[in-house]
Amino acid sequence: MSWDEFFVTGDPLILASQIGIGLTMVGLIALITYLKRWKWLWSEWFTTVDHKKIGIMYVLAGVLMFFRGGVDGLLMKAQTSRPELDILDAQHYDEIFTTHGVIMILFMAMPLLIGIMNVVIPLQIGARDVAFPKLNAFSFWIFFAGAMLFNLSFVIGGSPDAGWTSYFPLAGKEFTPGVGNNYYALSLQIAGIGTLATGINFVVTIIKMRAPGMSWMKLPIFTWSAFITNIIIVAAFPILTVALLFMTLDRLFGTHFFTVAAGGDPMLWLNLFWLWGHPEVYIVVLPAFGMFSEVIATFARKNLYGYKSMVYAIAGIAFLSMLVWVHHFYTMGNSAAVNSIFSLTTMMIAIPTGVKIFNWLFTLRKGRIQFTTSMLWSLAFIPCFTIGGVTGVMLAMAAADYQYHNTMFLVAHFHYVLIPGVVFAVFAALYYWWPKMFGFKLNEKIGKWHFWLFVIGFNLTFMPMFFVGLDGMSRRMYTYAESTGWGAWLGFSAIGSLVMAAGFAALCYNIYWSFRYASRDVGNDPWNARTLEWSTASPAPHYNFAVVPEVETLDDFWYKKKKGETGLKKADLKPVHMPSNSWTPIVLAGAFGLVGFFLVFEWIPLAIIAAVGIVIGLVANTFDYDDGYHIPVDELEEEEREWRGDLE
Amino acid sequence: MKAMKKLIYALTLLFIPVLLAGCESKLLVFDPKGPVARSLTDLIVYSIILMLVVVVIIFVLFTYIVWKYRARKDDGDFEPKEEKGNHLLEITWFTIPIIIVIALMIPTMKTIYEVEDIPKGYKDEEPLVINVTSADWKWIFSYPEQDIETVNYINIPADHPVQFKLTSAGTMQSFWVPQLGGQKYTMANMQTNLYLVADKPGSFYGRNTNFNGQGYAHMEFEVQAQTEEDFNKWVHEVHNTAIDLSEEKYSEILKPGVLGRMTFNGTHLEWIDHAHGGSEKYIDSELYRIDHGDDEEDQEEDHEEDHEDVQEENENQDTEETSDSATTDHSHH
Repeated sequence: MSWDEFFVTGDPLILASQIGIGLTMVGLIALITYLKRWKWLWSEWFTTVDHKKIGIMYVLAGVLMFFRGGVDGLLMKAQTSRPELDILDAQHYDEIFTTHGVIMILFMAMPLLIGIMNVVIPLQIGARDVAFPKLNAFSFWIFFAGAMLFNLSFVIGGSPDAGWTSYFPLAGKEFTPGVGNNYYALSLQIAGIGTLATGINFVVTIIKMRAPGMSWMKLPIFTWSAFITNIIIVAAFPILTVALLFMTLDRLFGTHFFTVAAGGDPMLWLNLFWLWGHPEVYIVVLPAFGMFSEVIATFARKNLYGYKSMVYAIAGIAFLSMLVWVHHFYTMGNSAAVNSIFSLTTMMIAIPTGVKIFNWLFTLRKGRIQFTTSMLWSLAFIPCFTIGGVTGVMLAMAAADYQYHNTMFLVAHFHYVLIPGVVFAVFAALYYWWPKMFGFKLNEKIGKWHFWLFVIGFNLTFMPMFFVGLDGMSRRMYTYAESTGWGAWLGFSAIGSLVMAAGFAALCYNIYWSFRYASRDVGNDPWNARTLEWSTASPAPHYNFAVVPEVETLDDFWYKKKKGETGLKKADLKPVHMPSNSWTPIVLAGAFGLVGFFLVFEWIPLAIIAAVGIVIGLVANTFDYDDGYHIPVDELEEEEREWRGDLE
Repeated sequence: MKAMKKLIYALTLLFIPVLLAGCESKLLVFDPKGPVARSLTDLIVYSIILMLVVVVIIFVLFTYIVWKYRARKDDGDFEPKEEKGNHLLEITWFTIPIIIVIALMIPTMKTIYEVEDIPKGYKDEEPLVINVTSADWKWIFSYPEQDIETVNYINIPADHPVQFKLTSAGTMQSFWVPQLGGQKYTMANMQTNLYLVADKPGSFYGRNTNFNGQGYAHMEFEVQAQTEEDFNKWVHEVHNTAIDLSEEKYSEILKPGVLGRMTFNGTHLEWIDHAHGGSEKYIDSELYRIDHGDDEEDQEEDHEEDHEDVQEENENQDTEETSDSATTDHSHH
């Protein structure tokens, strides 16, 4: 392979990005060196096992990937804004919609949600960290290695170009012989290891580390949703692991799991992919339901209506999510009976979801609704998601789906589900929990700009897609003829995407502005909220709780506040046992990334050498006898006094 | 701010039905030209009406609640009462979606079974069989009984059932003629079935909806429904004027690329039916290699020349005009 094949050349857009990426890297390294921050970065962030810092790194990575995926989206909108445009050629467009999909689902939605879970869950259940803090750090770094490997494809070797679903036979070597889809198989595999580890970590954390007295029906609703989400992760991600392994074997070692030739079965990939892929949709949507529930209850100034039925609804959705994968390919020629059964299971998801919508409405009813930015996102979610939901029911009807399948109608539908269901939720959660992460609020006024621009832009962008879909436009078309008459709809949609982008810019400005100017005096409980995370300082101290809280009821903190029982008795303070930082996760993840990179280019000997690095990392890790350290009582006392004043 | 919000939701609410009503006669899916498409459209319209009722109820409830229970300056230190929930109410909104699901499920199942079969009223007619073979990035149609093969267009008799036997020579595609009926995948080594009928003579837009690489956007075809008489005339004409399809020519056609229309005597079914394997003989993955470098252009040019040759050769014998498939009829607006 020559150098000009190794680097992607010949496209000015990519060349500019290559130069941009190069300059940014050099600039960053120079800046960190100049500020003498290397040691700080290494000891405070790169080796940290603190769930809050790991959460923040996840969020940061998610926002970065949101930017990358968003630029992909904007380029697609620009290319299709008028008929027969030449901004992108077919190949470039194919790569861009592929990376847009993969990045938005796996490298944007997942890290943002897992990041927020990381920050919030141990705090909500009164724990000092997750069950396996070092594994948690490993989860993040290996996710990050996967994400970086995926993004590298853009400048080195070429991006995957078979769609985020990478359907075989197209994604096989027979039809895409380049390295692009090797990147897909390997980077998703590597990132997936991290997700699976996270799933196990949180399931154990929530089962074993709840504060004394916090029985299952006293668990905050967000933790409930996260618990069930992580169970789906543990159940569904191994399917992806296996599917990607088969894909890798097919592409790298010439096996015939999914090929056209030699008796392979490409349709097996579709089944495996969606057996993971449909639960994946609920993996990203369920935590969002939990976040909205917390925010709506807090700002309606009421408890959550029908808490128990909310829990059952989440569990019901999770169960059904495993039984609907065939609805992604009703058109594969299944028998009428099969299509009927999967129509029914799919529509049944509307039942628990409907229950949730009504419960949220009834939480709002007779409340005292405060329109904070966080609440605005949660409110806007209800009507927008309803549109996504009813179109989902329409798509569930197999016969009708013969007319919607693979069209822009479908694209509009899933954006109406995933943007309100995930992106609005993440925004609501960021505005809500920001003070707990950083000790200051995001600016509410800029936040409202962010909100209105984004929500209006979102509707302008995706509403027209329903109509071009019904007019026969299929998805993933890089161009179309003028005579189709789709130009007006898509032009409108492109303008909407710019408004949405302006909303995202407002968020970035808000983060910048608030870091510099926002008041640091927010107290521990700026929203007068209900759950345990608000009972400790903002930002939360590294040990989370000086004394592990004892829980009597649901929304325990709310009632303790009323009774004035939130103080801390000096006599209760005991030394706190904390886990030590560790270098193994980041080094191990780096080795995984390196192996992945070599495998992408099928440089097997180099991959084997790098794999030795993984073995060394694992062995070193087994000999790590560091049992953590204890924070002495006087240090705790000093830190607690800083925000509580005097102790009791 | 709040008033603005209400206005926006009211507008969204108005947006949907107005546009639906305005476009019903124009959007392809709402403009069926055959019994299969018509039964799908009926189902779709029924579901839209039911779903609109749901949307309206939720939007009205939402707007009313958010407006009525907003925090006001004169609230003082009013604190809302805690509410645990209410079994009766919760059971109610558990039941409502169940009823909706049942109301949707019954006609859905009926239609699912209906469209798998020859449409009602045509059961006693012998359907015209067309074997559809999709390839990168063109549609190949074989008429086994008429012994004709076409590329990127089909002529069918109107008011007569047509049975499509679908397969693929490589990647997976989806065969869709929205005004005549729903879509079905075409898969190598497999065969799927689709029955369609066109009420009257006319031209209909068809395309691949399943992404399959660079030429995907151009993978369109035209369905021309003709009177029985015109159709027979066309068959006769082809027999007299079109060249014979050779194996060599066929493998030329299968090479990845976008083609115009073609017509041949004889079908490729004589030597291969892709539904029963053997496609790998025609697949050359080197033809799919993408070089991001400069030599990409040279390669592409080579390909284009190839196709032009194919087209030129063909134009002489073609009974139909050879035209770019991108201009197939979709000018219904």
